[in-house]
Amino acid sequence: MLSRTASNLYWMARFVERAENTARVLDVAYRMSLVNRDPEVAEREWFAPLHITGTVFPFQGHYSTVNAHSVLTFMALDRDNPTSIIACAQQARDNARAVRVHLTTEMWEVINGTWLELQRFSERDLHNKPSAFFEWVKERSHLFRGVTSGTMHRSEASQFLRLGSSLERADNTARILDVKYHVVLPSLDDVGRAVDYYHWGAVLRSVSAFETYKRVYRDVISPMKVAELLLLREDFPRSLQYCMADVYSIIEQLAPEPRAEVLRMADEIYSRLRFGRVEQIFEGGLHEYLIDFLSRVNDVAGEIHNTYFRAPVILDE
Amino acid sequence: MKAFFNEMYQTDGAVRPHYSALLDWFDSQPPERIAQDRHAADLLFRKVGITFAVYGEGASTERLIPFDMLPHVIEGQQWDRLALGLKQRVVALNRFLHDIYHDQEILRAGKLPTDLVTGNSQFRAEMVGVDVPLDIYSHVAGIDLVRAGDGQHYVLEDNLRTPSGVSYMLENRRMMMRLYPELFAQQSIRPVEHYPDLLLDTLRSVSPRGNEDPTIVMLTPGIYNSAYFEHAFLAQQMGIELVEGQDLVVQDRTVYMRTTRGPKRVDVIYRRIDDDFLDPSVFRPDSVLGPAGLFDAYVAGNVTLSNAVGTGIADDKSIYPFVPEMIRFYLGEEPILPNVQTWLLRRPDDLAYALEHLPELVVKETQGSGGYGMLIGPASTKAEIEAYRRRILDAPERFIAQPTLELSVVPTYVDDERKPRHIDLRPFLLCGKKIQLVAGGLTRVAMKQDSLVVNSSQGGGVKDTWVLDQ
Repeated sequence: MLSRTASNLYWMARFVERAENTARVLDVAYRMSLVNRDPEVAEREWFAPLHITGTVFPFQGHYSTVNAHSVLTFMALDRDNPTSIIACAQQARDNARAVRVHLTTEMWEVINGTWLELQRFSERDLHNKPSAFFEWVKERSHLFRGVTSGTMHRSEASQFLRLGSSLERADNTARILDVKYHVVLPSLDDVGRAVDYYHWGAVLRSVSAFETYKRVYRDVISPMKVAELLLLREDFPRSLQYCMADVYSIIEQLAPEPRAEVLRMADEIYSRLRFGRVEQIFEGGLHEYLIDFLSRVNDVAGEIHNTYFRAPVILDE
Repeated sequence: MKAFFNEMYQTDGAVRPHYSALLDWFDSQPPERIAQDRHAADLLFRKVGITFAVYGEGASTERLIPFDMLPHVIEGQQWDRLALGLKQRVVALNRFLHDIYHDQEILRAGKLPTDLVTGNSQFRAEMVGVDVPLDIYSHVAGIDLVRAGDGQHYVLEDNLRTPSGVSYMLENRRMMMRLYPELFAQQSIRPVEHYPDLLLDTLRSVSPRGNEDPTIVMLTPGIYNSAYFEHAFLAQQMGIELVEGQDLVVQDRTVYMRTTRGPKRVDVIYRRIDDDFLDPSVFRPDSVLGPAGLFDAYVAGNVTLSNAVGTGIADDKSIYPFVPEMIRFYLGEEPILPNVQTWLLRRPDDLAYALEHLPELVVKETQGSGGYGMLIGPASTKAEIEAYRRRILDAPERFIAQPTLELSVVPTYVDDERKPRHIDLRPFLLCGKKIQLVAGGLTRVAMKQDSLVVNSSQGGGVKDTWVLDQ
């Protein structure tokens, strides 16, 4: 297929996934803020979503105070913020428009319909019921996933689409887990207390993992187990290992040749997750581990780009 | 007040026979159904994304073209005569293009002024002596027809470069069949749905390699182009790749597209970008819409461009008055479809006449399109006319003038009432091994009262077009 088409499909999927995960990040921040009454702590808490999406500087250029209102507005509905939900929906649609030929009518209608509805969303709607808004964004993403799985021809096009989704999801799960690092507890005494417990619970809920956690561990919430579930489990669909297994298997099918660099890089990340131990990760620091992971994911994305989307034209003859 | 030809009613007020079944049916519907249907149609069009961009309103301004549910109906026999006239015309126009870029016999015979052709900015000197498959230049032609007060159809304009609008013809029909299937069951309406098959057939027939399965692509400027929806739609209907300039690369005078599995050779490019932007190494150097080297590959005969480079010389408005003469010269036939009377303002007599009669005339730039930059005398203020007069005097050769046409009217729903609105008709002709066209075309309607401008960029709407056999 056309390199540009592959690139559009891949990015369309990434932006759909990113919009969903931004909603998840905001949801966890919002849930955490509900148990807190201290404005100073609140400011730190609302910094977290900005840190993990790397948008502190652009935010500060537009807003003077960090609070629920400003951060929600900036990350959900601000068109000048390229990572906001509305901007992701716009970019998903732009990419979808460019490859309409390869989408089913239903897929296009979900993407276009989401974009149309978002145009009508006001800041008041958002702040009145933030959770309802996040739910809606997630539902639209679920709908897109379902329609894609239920209607799209299984071809190279669907593989590039899945590649984008899985890679973006791995990146985003890592970022969500890192929220906890940025939300500093009110005091050291609080470690292991109710607030801490609530924070980890919010992280789990934000990636729809609360019930899974209970069923798998049958235990109270502990940071190490939360990390294990979200990083290393092979059977949880938002875990890093699960996502990277998918990325690896798609690249294996798409690889131009068995020794391709892109395949080696994907294999390396996947293997580290397969053979990693959560105790070791905590020894080196969870935050450090996540930062390293994000940079490796970024490198694979770069190599995907070089291999499939911008490959130089060299003719055999 | 001029007498307009009313497509639906005779002058005595009786309904014309080919409209009667349709009108009876609409009259038997509860009035609220019409409003509901229109709302449903708008929603559907928007959901499917049938929009067009409006230039000058920001890059992402998308609008729906107003769609009217009352179709424009043409009698089968009448259409057959129109179709003959249209075919005759595009055959002559293609012959003209071949001649102009080869022996220029028509110029040597003195049938039209040489400088009007060779001094025209639409004349592509690069095309002189270049052979194209089957000697056909305009594979897709849109010929604009209007029906005047005398009931006669005239050709208003030839569009031989990258005519657009055919996707609306197809979508309008799809919408009508969805809303009113019973109307189609009742009457014998000629189909239009096979247009993409005919188009694909035409493009295949001009492939430069005699191979069975040529690779055909649609070249679009991209998603911000006003007709992007149509490009994507047609590519999808034909099952061909929709490419942008960055997807194509030329090596050894051969065009390839970049794919995830390496380069793939391209045989025919149905391009929807202007000549100027095709190849930065030959035409505009700042263009990023087409790949460098494309024209060279084309001249070498390794790829077919559809339409050919340089067709603009045949649809230039200063050449238009000579089309009837082309038909006589190349085919030895009398034109079946007449032209609208036209004054070429490069001629001193014509200029003097036009300047004297500006309030009655329509004045157009020879190279304008889309209804931009024209003067409609009767609808303009004194100040506007004077301002336009100064533009004409600056460069009279850039203008033509025509009488203000009394375009025919078809009843159209405006605020749930039927009101007469002016229309024109753009049939699409496909020229390859055969000349083919589907019955009807795109009917455009001026939604504003008394307006004669049907262009979508100027607020015009569209209707389904029915060719009816009785």
